[in-house]
Amino acid sequence: MGCLDKLPYEIILRQTSFAECREYLKKNFKELYTVAPGYKIFDVHIIGVPPISLAIEGNTIIFPFTKPCHGTFLVSVEDEEEATRIRKENFKK
Amino acid sequence: MENSETGNNNEKADKADKALLVLGCPQVPIQTTAVLYIAGRLKKAGIGTVIAGTPAARLLIKYGDIDGHYIDEIKDLDTVIDQVAEKKESYPTCFVFIHNDAGVSYAATMHSLLDGVVYPVIFGSDAEKMSDMIDFECEKITAVAAHNPKPLISAINRVLKWDA
Repeated sequence: MGCLDKLPYEIILRQTSFAECREYLKKNFKELYTVAPGYKIFDVHIIGVPPISLAIEGNTIIFPFTKPCHGTFLVSVEDEEEATRIRKENFKK
Repeated sequence: MENSETGNNNEKADKADKALLVLGCPQVPIQTTAVLYIAGRLKKAGIGTVIAGTPAARLLIKYGDIDGHYIDEIKDLDTVIDQVAEKKESYPTCFVFIHNDAGVSYAATMHSLLDGVVYPVIFGSDAEKMSDMIDFECEKITAVAAHNPKPLISAINRVLKWDA
């Protein structure tokens, strides 16, 4: 998994679990997508238990990011180009 | 012993006779012992060993096996994930060491990305809870143990049947 530090990210949930991330996305966002483990967002391969959920709101992508020592974080990054790519590549839930 | 292959995106190495051991945070003391024990069993069975770990986990292995008796290659965890996800590396056998939720995520990811067999090695005080979270088809190696490695070693011996 690449380095999230290179991205202008915001943390929504901190040191949580993949299951809590999935539930939070389901409750708080309407535009949801499912991706497979290893799916690349920016330079990051997503780690997680399938089905891995992510959301897009406007041009902001909300996705889980797992660090071995600190658990899973739910982060958001605004990027129009990447949001467009994800919308094209994945089926909306 | 740090490997020069790391980061070589053009090389699709032949990993047919190698096992990948994926290490998370070395917070639980028995992780390093279990890794070296499994690596020793693999080596005796003629299977090469590749470590993918966090910086601290890698250093514990590096200095615990300073002459490379058990470990053939030590690689950065993120780099190995990148290589495996992009199909530039593959391993027929993979052990993922798990003591927290993140470990479960890594195990599920390796199971999804690799065509080979993934063995979750689950330990620590929450081992049973972590084991219950793994729902893909696999043979789990589980022991509620943190300081004394014997219960986990016994669990490993029950699952690994290689001649060694």
